[in-house]
Amino acid sequence: MIAARSKPGILRTQAFRIVLVYVLLFAFSVTALLGFTYWNTRRTLDAQTDQIIEADITGLTEEYHHFGLPGLVETVRSRTLHQGQALYLLVDGLHHYVAGNLDPWPQISGRADGTVEFDFERSVNGHMETRRARGRILAVPGGFLLLVAQDVHDRYLTERMFTTTLPWTVLLILLLGTVGGALMSRNMLRRLDTINRTSGEIIAGDLSRRVPLAGSGDEFDVLSENLNRMLDRIERLMKGLREVTDSVAHDLRTPLNRLRNRLEESLARLQAEGTQAGEIERAIAETDQLIGTFNALLLIAETDAGTTRAAMAPLELGGVAADVAELYEPLAEEKKVSLVLMPSAPVAIEGNRSLIAQALANLVDNAIKYTPAGGKVRVRTAVTDRGVELSVADSGPGIPQADRPRVVERFVRLEASRSSPGTGLGLSLVAAVAHFHNAELLLDDNVPTGLEATLRFPATAIRPLPVPLKNAAE
Amino acid sequence: MRILVVEDDLEAQRYLVQGLKESGHVVDEAGDGDTGLNLALSRAYDVAVVDRMLPRLDGLRLVAEMREHGNATPVLFLSALSEVDDRVKGLKAGGDDYLTKPYAFVELLARIDALMRRRAPAGIRTRLDVGDLELDLLTRAAKRSGTDIELQPREFRLLEYLMRHAGQVVTRTMLLESVWEYHFDPQTNVIDVHISRLRAKIDKGFQAPLLHTVRGAGYMIRAH
Repeated sequence: MIAARSKPGILRTQAFRIVLVYVLLFAFSVTALLGFTYWNTRRTLDAQTDQIIEADITGLTEEYHHFGLPGLVETVRSRTLHQGQALYLLVDGLHHYVAGNLDPWPQISGRADGTVEFDFERSVNGHMETRRARGRILAVPGGFLLLVAQDVHDRYLTERMFTTTLPWTVLLILLLGTVGGALMSRNMLRRLDTINRTSGEIIAGDLSRRVPLAGSGDEFDVLSENLNRMLDRIERLMKGLREVTDSVAHDLRTPLNRLRNRLEESLARLQAEGTQAGEIERAIAETDQLIGTFNALLLIAETDAGTTRAAMAPLELGGVAADVAELYEPLAEEKKVSLVLMPSAPVAIEGNRSLIAQALANLVDNAIKYTPAGGKVRVRTAVTDRGVELSVADSGPGIPQADRPRVVERFVRLEASRSSPGTGLGLSLVAAVAHFHNAELLLDDNVPTGLEATLRFPATAIRPLPVPLKNAAE
Repeated sequence: MRILVVEDDLEAQRYLVQGLKESGHVVDEAGDGDTGLNLALSRAYDVAVVDRMLPRLDGLRLVAEMREHGNATPVLFLSALSEVDDRVKGLKAGGDDYLTKPYAFVELLARIDALMRRRAPAGIRTRLDVGDLELDLLTRAAKRSGTDIELQPREFRLLEYLMRHAGQVVTRTMLLESVWEYHFDPQTNVIDVHISRLRAKIDKGFQAPLLHTVRGAGYMIRAH
């Protein structure tokens, strides 16, 4: 039966993937939001600074127009008496200091809008500090240059803090989100795991199992409760079906038993009287045929519905094939058909020996029946990448492609085989046994002629080889 | 031999009792589980034939209680239930053999004979003889009139089973169950072909055949 699928790694769970997408989305939003705030704040602050500088320049330009260069120098000096945010530096054509509270001429990086930014040294509380300033340069006639600026160091610091912490913030969000997500999905996974494990055990045949509830009444509990209710229902149905099969079996077998008994009694009486009793013998044979068909139908119904509790155990498939081939070999020889068991590496699967042997016996029986004298029947087990295969190939007439889906149906016998004995249930039983084992029944053309019937068990049914209890001393 | 029949279908019970009596057995019958258990515990029987479904005390319980009381009488279960897993249940409960209804009377009789034979083991045997046919269970060699007979492993098991039940009818189903361990009915009578192969090996060229076909029942190996 189906074993519970292997547990997916936490990174591959749906819960974790959802959490991860949310974390990424959140990190992106935070970055975008903070980035916009940063950009906007900076733009506003810069505009304010530029306004102050513009006003300053307007004042200085007026001074220059009224009083010429000396007036300008005087104004600069008077404005730099007190240490403030405003910075000035007037230099001559050779960049020599003329007036202002800055010296020397700083290393300046120009900007597209005509403003400049630069670093300068200034004494704060007794020690020198490198600070950031923003301003504009004016050309004063006579080769002089006037730098008018504002100390924007505080803004600069805030800005720097912002740009250095942002990546860390995002990283932290990602990290915490991922760890949190992993914990959350592990928790969810544990709940799902319980449900999965219980389902696996139920599929494996223990219908009395139920999914445990956490008692929190959350959506998992609701799911579990629904599953349990469904299982109750299935168990009731299976029990009902089982009871019906049992009563049908009992209620049909009891009168059949009486019928057969009476026929046997009559036969014995007639034989004792020395009367010919061919009619009675034929009636007994017919009864046995009826019983055989009934048994086969019942077995198919039970196997197909899975209501049988047929014991499952690891079994070596090659051994099953060898036993059945051995059972049929004399029959094949009698029909002048060569029955060949292909050698194969041993492989064990979880299955019911009796059912698989019976299915294989039906296939071999059919193959021998439909193969003309001189033909060949080949029994083979093989492990392929699609599963474990048990196949019987014959060199008979085969089954036309169009009839193949039909032949596994109950009582279907193709026109060509109407004359040979059989109930028409052989392949149906094989199909039911395949179904019971989650295996496939494949009907293919054999080369150059004939039919190849294959039971393909899923790879999940493979088991370690059972250790033989006794040596095959016989 | 003394046989207990516990069967609630009175028609089937009458037939069984009559048939067994005609075969020379002494038979007691019961129509329900309680009576059956009382009889089984109060008298010594060689074999008990017990239906699976009985009023008052179920067949499985009946046999389980017999075993709890230390009663080792061989039990043959009769069942009208579907059989895939019920056989296992029956054997687990302490049954020794299991027969599904409807059955042929010869089949039932052969199985009862086999159960009685099993009851009286003649120690551990290392050699089986039927007439001039010898089977050495240790060296796994077969001889007839001193001539070695080559046997395949399965043929050896088949012959061993027949010789262990020498003088008794052995049915095809019994052979399939004991020698091949299959509990299903093969569509074609494959057992017959195995028997004729074995017959060719042990009887061919000898005046008196040992392996006999019992018409409508099965096979028997015997000296005369």
